[in-house]
Amino acid sequence: MTKFIIRRLLQTIPVLLGVTILVFSLMHLIPGDPAQIIAGEAAPERQVEQIRERLGLNDPLHVQYGTFLGNVVTGDLGTSVRSSRPVADEIGARFWVTVELAVYSTILSVFMGLIAGIVSAVRHYTLTDVAIMVVALFGLSMPNFWLGLMLIQWFAIGNWIPESLQPFLQMRASGWGDDWRQVILPVITLGTAGAAIIARMTRSSMLEVISQDYIRTARAKGVKERVVVYQHALKNALIPVVTVVGLEFGALLGGTVLTETIFAINGMGRLTIDAIRQRDFPVVQGTVLVISVLFVMVNLLVDISYRFLNKRIDLN
Amino acid sequence: MNSSENILEIRELRTSFFTDEGEVKAVDGVSFELPRGKTIGIVGESGSGKSITALSILNLLAKPGEIKGGEIRFKGENILTYSEKQMREIRGNDISMIFQEPMTSLNPVYTVGQQIMESIRIHQGLNKREAKLKAIEMLKLVGIPSPEKRVDQYPFELSGGMRQRVMIAIALSCNPDMLIADEPTTALDVTIQAQILDLIRELQNKLNMSVMMITHDLGVVAETCDYVAVMYAGQVVEFSDVRTLFKNPRHPYTVGLLNSLPRHDIEQEKLKPINGTVPSPHNMPKGCRFAPRCPFATELCRESLPELVADENNNQIRCWIYSDEWDGDPEVNVHDSEERTAKG
Repeated sequence: MTKFIIRRLLQTIPVLLGVTILVFSLMHLIPGDPAQIIAGEAAPERQVEQIRERLGLNDPLHVQYGTFLGNVVTGDLGTSVRSSRPVADEIGARFWVTVELAVYSTILSVFMGLIAGIVSAVRHYTLTDVAIMVVALFGLSMPNFWLGLMLIQWFAIGNWIPESLQPFLQMRASGWGDDWRQVILPVITLGTAGAAIIARMTRSSMLEVISQDYIRTARAKGVKERVVVYQHALKNALIPVVTVVGLEFGALLGGTVLTETIFAINGMGRLTIDAIRQRDFPVVQGTVLVISVLFVMVNLLVDISYRFLNKRIDLN
Repeated sequence: MNSSENILEIRELRTSFFTDEGEVKAVDGVSFELPRGKTIGIVGESGSGKSITALSILNLLAKPGEIKGGEIRFKGENILTYSEKQMREIRGNDISMIFQEPMTSLNPVYTVGQQIMESIRIHQGLNKREAKLKAIEMLKLVGIPSPEKRVDQYPFELSGGMRQRVMIAIALSCNPDMLIADEPTTALDVTIQAQILDLIRELQNKLNMSVMMITHDLGVVAETCDYVAVMYAGQVVEFSDVRTLFKNPRHPYTVGLLNSLPRHDIEQEKLKPINGTVPSPHNMPKGCRFAPRCPFATELCRESLPELVADENNNQIRCWIYSDEWDGDPEVNVHDSEERTAKG
């Protein structure tokens, strides 16, 4: 197992290198001279040249990449051209907000999705099943920015819920971080689609597994139906679901932009958007790099969890 | 034969599947009995209701299957009246079952040891350590080399023959009174088949078990069984002891089955198939179900269904030829089918 993890870790190195090359190229592929943009349209040529010199933009590309890579490895992601603060600090301040949001949303998705999917599968072709699947289809089809806006409309602005419950759902103007109750609406917004996907996946996976010969074997041994469903079947049915959960989590890390904007949350998504808007290239580079690395890591974790669930996935 | 000698008696069992196209009577009035310690072979083509009969005994039918009527007496008690909880106590404990497909019948995410131990722990209440020792002992019993190592392996690490041995180990781990083997050797290659059959027979003697052997292979029947029930289209058409069946088969379908076997004791250029195909369960013939394929069928056969009739030796037959009402040639010889087929 340790060998497998080490090997898998080594395999991520070329992927990560590829990511750094892409991120590095960003700066050079985007039209316009970064130094000019940083200095401003009207800046004198001498000042632009100075910036160019400072950023090392006059060096050959491979030297620039080498410097970039060296800096990245040592944790130096450059300096924001807008705030003049280190990009690593800018990201560090926002990073955990997004991770927290993604983790809570994934927990919600997994929890709701698994329960709904299992119930649907166990009672397949009944009214319960149909009802759950219709709700799941809604959850899947709703754009999450719309859901977010509606949730704010219903719960935070409207008076749809009793007075006594209001504080638990109210959003504060100050945004994320003051009160755990502020977490609820964004997490519902982000978690709904994932829950729907996981519910559908779990259902189809369970239905497939439950008709397998080994389930009949378990029943023929006198195993309780509950154990048949929750141990024999679920453990097999979870294998494809884990992939979906991993992908969902990865997508949430990079894809909370709209939700962060709607709920005024200062996470990575907003940082990226603001940086793009302001042509703050080092920050864009930094956030894209961090999100990519996270995504690769999440995939690594999915692979490792596969090994725990399915022993057939061999070391080779 | 009184019921105390029989471990299993099935009376008029009817099992149906309720599909969109209506009720499909997969098992339609099946009766037979199995004396204690003996082996019965259930023979028939695919779709004749063999496996459904077996699954009915353990009440393991998947939806939309349902037992519609009849009796299944196990040790004298009609287990069709049992609750799900009572049935769970019987499954894997009093009656065990092994299946056709060893490759898919074991759960891929549990070790073989865990799968054997589960049965032992449910029915014998042993703790983990004791159950594991018992599992190793069972693996040794079914002839798996280095059982201490194998017990911690996953099914994918074992060959098909080994997996079927593991299935047998699971089935026999609680010393059942009866083993249902649903085509246990069909998916295995010939040398392994013989090993598995020998193993079942050997353990049957050792543990004094009764065995219900479901198969479409008459060779397996001849080798392992004491009694045979021949099934056709959801019904038993002939039941007798194995010697009588092979020496003097009476039902034209049984004769057809035997004729379609390759033989080495007589010269024969071609095998003789039974003409026609099994009737669709949605559209069963009105009379005898074999009538459309039977070279001897008469008006009577096509119009009304014969009863399963037992003679003084409890050899049973469902065929008009052996009844007083028979309206065909009184001198008919069912072993003479070749000439008949040619004429028809």
